Amino acid sequence: MNRWIEKQRHLIDFTASSLARRKGKSLGLLVVYTLLVFVLASVSLYTHALRNEATRVLAGTPEVVLQRLIAGRHDLIPPGYIEKIGRVRGVQKIEGRLWGYYYDSVLKANYTFMVPNDRRIPEGEIVVGPALERSRGLAEGNGISFRAYSGELHTFIVSEVLAHESELVNADLVLMSEPDFRRFFAYPDGHYTDIALWVANPQEVRNVGLKLINALPDSRPILREEVLRTYASIFDWREGMMLALLSAAILAFGIFAWEKAAGLSAEEKREIGILKAIGWETGDVIAMKFWEGFLVSLLAFLLGYVIAYIHVFHFEFALFAPVLQGWAVLYPSFALTPKIDGLQVATLFVFSVLPYTAATLVPIWRAATTDPDTVMRG
Amino acid sequence: MSRPSDRVLGFTLLAAALFAATFVDATLQRAAHEPALQRTERLVEDLRLSDLVLFTEARYTRHLTQADLHSAFQDHPVALEHFPSGSLLPPPALLLDRHEPLDREAAPSD
Repeated sequence: MNRWIEKQRHLIDFTASSLARRKGKSLGLLVVYTLLVFVLASVSLYTHALRNEATRVLAGTPEVVLQRLIAGRHDLIPPGYIEKIGRVRGVQKIEGRLWGYYYDSVLKANYTFMVPNDRRIPEGEIVVGPALERSRGLAEGNGISFRAYSGELHTFIVSEVLAHESELVNADLVLMSEPDFRRFFAYPDGHYTDIALWVANPQEVRNVGLKLINALPDSRPILREEVLRTYASIFDWREGMMLALLSAAILAFGIFAWEKAAGLSAEEKREIGILKAIGWETGDVIAMKFWEGFLVSLLAFLLGYVIAYIHVFHFEFALFAPVLQGWAVLYPSFALTPKIDGLQVATLFVFSVLPYTAATLVPIWRAATTDPDTVMRG
Repeated sequence: MSRPSDRVLGFTLLAAALFAATFVDATLQRAAHEPALQRTERLVEDLRLSDLVLFTEARYTRHLTQADLHSAFQDHPVALEHFPSGSLLPPPALLLDRHEPLDREAAPSD
């Protein structure tokens, strides 16, 4: 065993010296390789953690949200609608939700205005999300005016700023009292944006959804399970523009690595010829090249993954955040909770280490099994 | 540490140790984030929230699950979806479930 280890160490010695002789080329390969693993690992770590966090925090979303549609568009819930739902068996609790969007022409940003059901906010006061605090420089006690769609200016006092730690769900919220909301948007009395409802028996949610569609054909129930499913498929790999762009990079790297690993340079061929001429066995030459491919790809995988982890969980995915922000002016700044999927890491390992190692071995095996004289002559 | 193999293996071991450290860090951070996550869960329940604030640029990306099938084409019937975040996100699961089979089953018009 010791002899075997000693032999492998000698082979690694040889490989390391040979890589050091081609320093620029080897370092270049390692850097490009590491970068590729970094990008792939960043995207997969980020989406996995986000998916996980979304499923976790949205578990408390209303069991059913009922919208009313007119000509395929979301419309207000008229008076009397809630009473009709009350007659559907299995429904335990019903609440009208009041919320809407406001475009702030000062910042060119969209806010979500909302009336909380479980919390009383005095008239003339608002509670704002942390992104508003940041971008409009608001703090507790400050006044802020919004121009309503009617053209009137409405002034509110900020009574509280929502916690920064929950920015993933509250960044752009503006909470206000019901009278303020109705006055501001000239919202007709008795109308609601949509309805949140809870079902007594969790097994019955789907049935209640069906009953609701039958009783109110113009309605569209959105079940909690569907909300969770939507977020479970968030940034679906198939849909990601970023990954589509990345595929070009992966392909480019594939060509680069193949060219580097599979096409032996004349110098390398000569090296193999000499090694064989001085008595190296075919197995030794292959083992030496195996170590080269394996060590380079393993190092690239480890370094790329570690940098990606730091980038995603300690620097808030800063490099790729602009892609995600799109044209949005307000965006949340949140630190995701690290949740690593072992299978995902293993897949990344297999796909980054194995192909390169294999690509190095094939041509070497071909060169190493031929006669040294032929190899040296090219 | 004079042999090249020592240096290479040493460096690889260091990288492997850093790799292992990310898992330890993840466990520690998960524990540290737990109370904040619980408060966020409570906030979602209290305010009856249904969506994450990921993209505030368009209503169908801000409230992804509340979007209807036509909201991405809101300007006119054949308008192209033009918000960048729309190309990152798949349509809500609910819409795909109900409309996809219909699209497949519907006969093309003459």
